[in-house]
Amino acid sequence: MKTFSIGGVHPEENKLSAGSPIREAQLPKQAVFSMFQHIGAPANPVVKKGDVVKVGTLLGEAGGFVSAPIYSSVSGKVNKVDVVLDASGLRRMAVVVDVEGDEWEEGIDRTTDLVKLADCPDLDSKTIVDKIKTAGIVGMGGATFPTHVKLCPPPGKVAECVIVNAVECEPYLTADHRLMLEHPDEILVGLQLVMKAVNVKKGYIGIERNKPDAIELMTEKAKQYPEIEVVPLKVKYPQGGEKQLIDAVIKRQVPAPPALPIDTGAIVQNVGTIFAIYQAVMKNKPLIDRIITVTGKSLSKPSNLLARLGTPFSQLIDECGGLPEDTGKIIGGGPMMGKALLSIDVPMTKGSSGLLIMKEDEAKRAEAEPCIRCAKCVGACPMGLEPYLLSKVSELRDWDAAEQDDITSCIECGSCQFTCPSHRPLLDYIRLGKATVMGIIRARSAK
Amino acid sequence: MANKLTISLSPHVHGGDSVQKNMYGVCIALLPALIASFCFFGLGAVKVMLASVLSCVIFEWAITKFILKRDRLTILDGSAILTGLLLGFNLPSNLPIWIIILGALFAIGVGKLTFGGLGQNIFNPALAGRVFLLISFPVQMTSWSDNVLDHIDGYSGATPLSLMQKAILEKDASILNDLPSSLEMFLGQTEGSMGEVSALLLLIGCAFMLWRKIITWHIPVSIIATVVVFAGLLHLANPIYANPLQVVFSGGMILGACYMATDYVTSPMSHKGQLIFGVCIGLLTVVIRNWGAYPEGMSFAIIIMNAFTPLINVYCKPKRFGEVIGKEAAK
Repeated sequence: MKTFSIGGVHPEENKLSAGSPIREAQLPKQAVFSMFQHIGAPANPVVKKGDVVKVGTLLGEAGGFVSAPIYSSVSGKVNKVDVVLDASGLRRMAVVVDVEGDEWEEGIDRTTDLVKLADCPDLDSKTIVDKIKTAGIVGMGGATFPTHVKLCPPPGKVAECVIVNAVECEPYLTADHRLMLEHPDEILVGLQLVMKAVNVKKGYIGIERNKPDAIELMTEKAKQYPEIEVVPLKVKYPQGGEKQLIDAVIKRQVPAPPALPIDTGAIVQNVGTIFAIYQAVMKNKPLIDRIITVTGKSLSKPSNLLARLGTPFSQLIDECGGLPEDTGKIIGGGPMMGKALLSIDVPMTKGSSGLLIMKEDEAKRAEAEPCIRCAKCVGACPMGLEPYLLSKVSELRDWDAAEQDDITSCIECGSCQFTCPSHRPLLDYIRLGKATVMGIIRARSAK
Repeated sequence: MANKLTISLSPHVHGGDSVQKNMYGVCIALLPALIASFCFFGLGAVKVMLASVLSCVIFEWAITKFILKRDRLTILDGSAILTGLLLGFNLPSNLPIWIIILGALFAIGVGKLTFGGLGQNIFNPALAGRVFLLISFPVQMTSWSDNVLDHIDGYSGATPLSLMQKAILEKDASILNDLPSSLEMFLGQTEGSMGEVSALLLLIGCAFMLWRKIITWHIPVSIIATVVVFAGLLHLANPIYANPLQVVFSGGMILGACYMATDYVTSPMSHKGQLIFGVCIGLLTVVIRNWGAYPEGMSFAIIIMNAFTPLINVYCKPKRFGEVIGKEAAK
């Protein structure tokens, strides 16, 4: 069974919502569109208070090449363009729209008919990338890196294959799983579009074995496309990490930074991104909604919702049975890499793959004990690092040692802290060290 | 409502492993051998073990509370109990209690707490205690009481290790004929410290630890493989050296390889480092056993390599992801 070569852990899967079909969330009364929904430059608002917008109207234009435009997911009137609290816990620029009705911009194909690549013979690589860029598509697995940037490899780098990340290795999350079960054909066409965009002949879809129904369905559907191969993978976290997935599927390892994944010839796209690409290119639909898993052990109806971007998390929780009494922590994303939220009155964004409600007794960390040097963190680290050491030198603020021991290679997956018998806050310190060392490196190269 | 939300960085879940689980896991792994030693050596063994475990725990409690003045109670983490058990296994079953108490004081007080307690010590505390006793009380530490099974077989005399050393000293391979067979040694019909008798039961415990992922295979396997190869070559070259199976199943070899050398705190962190550590222990053990002043070299070999562990950690890094060529070459 294929998997990545170094380290990894196996958290309890808790895929509570795996059997729950995707359901459309209600329209919000007010939608909030943060201009910071991606990595890179924020979008610049192009509307002002009082403007009337429709579904698909441009609200913010891309602030640079590494950036993405933001579209309205609702129709109504712009209430204000101002700073608001978003899921990052910061107050940042956003466009707030009061919802009225549900009117769509013309030109968006809202039918569910499948459009195949063969139906559009004059689509070329540049058109596809341009449509993706215009639609504001970003990596929907959570990293939110603008997709068109990834599809334009730097000079001298050549793509050899496209790998679809349908691993969904985060516990609890099932959005990608349901997407594959309910829209397999669209995903296959989306993958073909990406393959055409970067001009490669080989596509892989990596799926972990805990989704046997998705593997079976995708394999069956992929039979009509000989260039696409479904690759079942052993269940192991963090297989959904870009570097780990490339290693698992094509057995090539991305060298240490500043090397990029493209150096292995692979371009990785999340399955949700692939679906959005299909909709953007074939249906002319900008990125205005996504599937989000709303889940938790105490939640009465763990669900997969197709929700409009900008919908407040509080409303999504209400649609899944309301916030349980014993809520102790709310996480945007999965339990391994997600961020704890300050408030549920923040809007969902392009990167919102999940909303996890944790019970009070699950929310608190156990008290840290002394490191017993058991080396379990070393064994668990998928990057072959020494978390105990990186954490220690960061705690001691020895940045030289941290850099020397490759702290910048850390992918912050949390496997070390997950596995630590002494419950040490390893990743907290490593993050501090990594951010500091990256700053030092940037300052040095700027000289 | 919003006020009671916990905010912390990811990961938000934990695998559920704990220090206690690992420490008590090793204790459980030692149970079969412990029960066997009670059967072999009778009441004496029970007394020695109780004295060792109790005094280790009491010293840990008293020193942390009254000398280090720490509020944190550390005796429940299981490490002091484990040190006591391992120390007990390294003692003859007829050792006077006061000597055991001294050994426990050295193990916990000097071997562990002077360095700052669990996780900070350089040497395996139980081994530090044993070596302290071996050097201070050589006569008492090497006068074994009879193994019950031994009596039944009517075999009596020097321990296998001292016979092996005698054969080399006197260059007389026939002395080795007095050794119990490898099978007898494997099952436990031999003389020695309490934990040195049944290789079989110790290996069963070791398999349990591997299964529970308390330890990895690297250290035990590298030690035992090295000893088999090295002792095997010597045996082939000259029959005054005992056959490798007898070497492996005698003395504290299995106890040391599986339970003492694998001590988390004092062994290297990377797999590569663990293999080097194991190979060196294997080589040193055979050298000390054959040509050193003491018949048993395991404890010394481990203690010596404990001292090298920090150095091994500096030079043996785990293989980094994507490490195609050496770091220097890449620059």
